[in-house]
Amino acid sequence: MSRSLRTLRFSVNGKDCAVQVPPMKRLLDVLREDLHLTGTKEGCGEGECGSCSVRMSGELVNSCLVPVLQAEGADIQTVEGLATNGILHPLQQAFLKCGGAQCGICTPGMLMAATQLLSINPHPSMCEIREGLAGNLCRCTGFIRIFDSVISAAAENRTTEQATHAR
Amino acid sequence: MSTNAKTRIVGAPVPRKEGVDKLLGRARYVDDIDREGMWPGATVRSTIPRGFIRSIGFGRRIDWSEFTIVTAADIPGKNHVQLIFADQPCLADGFVNHCDEAILLLAHPDKHKLREAVAAVHIEYEPLPPIFTIEESERQDVIVWGSDNVIKSFLLEKGDVDSAWPHAAHIVEGEYRTGAQEHLYIENNGVIAEWSEESGITVWGSLQCPYYVHRSLLAVFDLPEDKVRVIQTETGGAFGGKEDYPSTLAAHAALLALKSRHPIKMAYDRMEDLAATTKRHPSRIRHRTALDRDGKLLAMDIDIATDAGAYSTLSSTVLSRATLHSPGPYVCPNVRVRSRAWATNTVPYGAFRGFGAPQAIFAIERHMDEIASSIGINPVELRRRNFLHDGDTTATEQVMRDPVILDQLLDRALRESDYHAKRARFAVENETSAIKRGMGIAAFYHGSGFTGSGERYLNSLAGVDVTLDGKLRVLVANTEFGQGTNTILTQIAAESIGIGYDDVIMAPADTSVVPNSGPTVASRTSMVVGRLIERACLQLVSMLHEHAGLREHFTSEEFFAASERYRAAHDEVVSLVRYEAPPNVFWDDQKYRGEAYPAFAWSVQIAQVAVDTVTYSAEVEEFWAVQEVGRVLNPVLAGGQIEGGVAQGIGYALYEKVVWQNGHMANNQMTNYIMPTAEDVPPIHVFFEEIPFEYGAFGAKGIGELPHDGPAPAILNAIKDATGTSFRSIPLLPEDLFQQLAAREIVEEAAAI
Repeated sequence: MSRSLRTLRFSVNGKDCAVQVPPMKRLLDVLREDLHLTGTKEGCGEGECGSCSVRMSGELVNSCLVPVLQAEGADIQTVEGLATNGILHPLQQAFLKCGGAQCGICTPGMLMAATQLLSINPHPSMCEIREGLAGNLCRCTGFIRIFDSVISAAAENRTTEQATHAR
Repeated sequence: MSTNAKTRIVGAPVPRKEGVDKLLGRARYVDDIDREGMWPGATVRSTIPRGFIRSIGFGRRIDWSEFTIVTAADIPGKNHVQLIFADQPCLADGFVNHCDEAILLLAHPDKHKLREAVAAVHIEYEPLPPIFTIEESERQDVIVWGSDNVIKSFLLEKGDVDSAWPHAAHIVEGEYRTGAQEHLYIENNGVIAEWSEESGITVWGSLQCPYYVHRSLLAVFDLPEDKVRVIQTETGGAFGGKEDYPSTLAAHAALLALKSRHPIKMAYDRMEDLAATTKRHPSRIRHRTALDRDGKLLAMDIDIATDAGAYSTLSSTVLSRATLHSPGPYVCPNVRVRSRAWATNTVPYGAFRGFGAPQAIFAIERHMDEIASSIGINPVELRRRNFLHDGDTTATEQVMRDPVILDQLLDRALRESDYHAKRARFAVENETSAIKRGMGIAAFYHGSGFTGSGERYLNSLAGVDVTLDGKLRVLVANTEFGQGTNTILTQIAAESIGIGYDDVIMAPADTSVVPNSGPTVASRTSMVVGRLIERACLQLVSMLHEHAGLREHFTSEEFFAASERYRAAHDEVVSLVRYEAPPNVFWDDQKYRGEAYPAFAWSVQIAQVAVDTVTYSAEVEEFWAVQEVGRVLNPVLAGGQIEGGVAQGIGYALYEKVVWQNGHMANNQMTNYIMPTAEDVPPIHVFFEEIPFEYGAFGAKGIGELPHDGPAPAILNAIKDATGTSFRSIPLLPEDLFQQLAAREIVEEAAAI
């Protein structure tokens, strides 16, 4: 791997940033080591477990498979970007209420996959939820309470939408 | 005392104590921690399963002066990992007993150079013949452990088995096998170690049992107790896989830290974790069973063999639990269980949720269905006729003094799953469909807490104190790794005193802060440690009544005000209690007789399975788990434990296969070691019947391991129901289904011609 450095710019959780890194460095390592955003986890390093999932310009990616070069100019969202001003995102609230997180190591990636799912499909069926989360492994929960969490957050969406329409 | 009392916080679905940190991504796992001047460490491992190490060579392209290199010669104390027996070296010294055994350690500030260096260490061996299977070990042509390859054996006898055979109306025999299983926690094993003259060794790590690691490091470094400190970091899953292995890894990192004078991080990647760390013991279990004309059990003769791998680790206690769970939840006057753990040249097997019980219960619960079809009784009815009830004795002569409600659990499971109607419907539909459906049952118990005298030997100490900023702090060495320790113990403390959930915090699991309340294993945390916390809290309240003017009824504010008055007079506000065994508990370690466990959790599980006779895939379509685990302390967490355990059990049955190549795990990647995904797990219906246990915290018994015990036999029983074919070995992959089902079709077609 080339160790020559290159300056790359992209935005992370709405903030512009520039890093000087080897261009083939994994996005996962840049987030964790250069930007100190350790919420994104490594589980397998080969794109199987989804623990390192982040959103990159509207796509869900395994950041362990993305050379940071590819992120140039992208909008990246990590788990640290979900809550606003200390208020949990509706999905985070739902995970807390429904027991969607146990050991917590898959949780950041799972939350990003769920965010991605609800952003393109605000009211997914059980089948669509299973498919949407199939790239993210959880060894603790058996997934059931993660599904419950997504359903609960989607219902919250519906309530918010109805409230907006009623106005 | 408090088991039937009305409670506010115990029994409520309060949110996970550390949940917000985990959801925000700010919980700190070991790989998230950086220390000033820290270097990564790496391990050079054996590439052969057995032999002498003849030489260690260092490639010329590497400037080795930049590296810290540690071998067995650098170990200041004893070169062994202290667990039950001291047979496992911390670093191989002249001899290796399995592939991927650690031989040499390296550290360097640059992780890329470190990786190149690992590949540039050349080890020459003089290989010796290895053995890889129970059968090879039994033959004793090659002795790889002790004088006979037997790491441990037990003989459990009740009544007189041999006298029963002549009177039997039926004798049914069967042999059942289970494979290795990987824990596959999503966070790999990892630690950080630091050394300083004044403090000695400090270790941070992803681990279950800080005091196990502490004790092991004392021996390796020959240090006094106060010169070793072990701190658990947020732990991303464990399932038993971080019970014993962290002792080895912590010693490795600490050896590098001592020599390099740098903090050392050793965080395995997935391939190294899968190749080098422990797994569930493979087993071969034989049953020979005598029954009378009515299908009542007369005698059970059980032979258990487990593959223990190259070193003893926890194999003796795993074998003990397998032995004690092997007769299942049934009454039988004559029982003999002969069990042995055999050494082989594979990576040592270790603790994994269930700890020998899943293997034993797979065998007995598959065997019950074999008996049922062999003697022509419905599998439900056969179980019902033989269930344990209150007052009956188990194979160890333990009298069931607490209520046993297996019939009730079975009825509920049958009702909720609509078992009988579905079976009848599937029998008709299967005639004309390529998809064959079936229903399968497993009934079982899981002993809560340590076996026999174990809890007494542990002699756990736990307690609470009040912090200067006005919080009640729980002092335990028991760790949170997803199963809910923090939440449950907080609920128990808050409830016992009568303060709020948020008034209670958990002390860090740091051996310099918390007492040794025993390991976080064996489904003991809620029941045993929870009870200690309950007692410590009640003791604290009476201290404050007596010495600090606390009134009988008080608010949180009054409690903390009284605590401060107490502190003013006594310097600290702390209440510690030691384990006390329930009365009338007797266990004979020699004869394996008496009270094997202080309490049992009970369960009946039902699986609905569809076998596709075109693709030969088996799919669990729906799953029901009905259990009695004493009082449920937190319904959300308890439900999550059951669902997670069932999912792991489904993986054990149908997906998870460790492929061995010359003693090395060949599929040591998540790409080809397959666990159930979000698309594979069926709807899991969970039901609790609650019978509070008098000596558990607020009536709790163990829960964590129970759900993993039943899915494999329930699923394979359902496959038998669906296809008419008996499968006696797991994992059961499509190719295994194909082999047996296709063979049967050929025989049937030949017969038709």
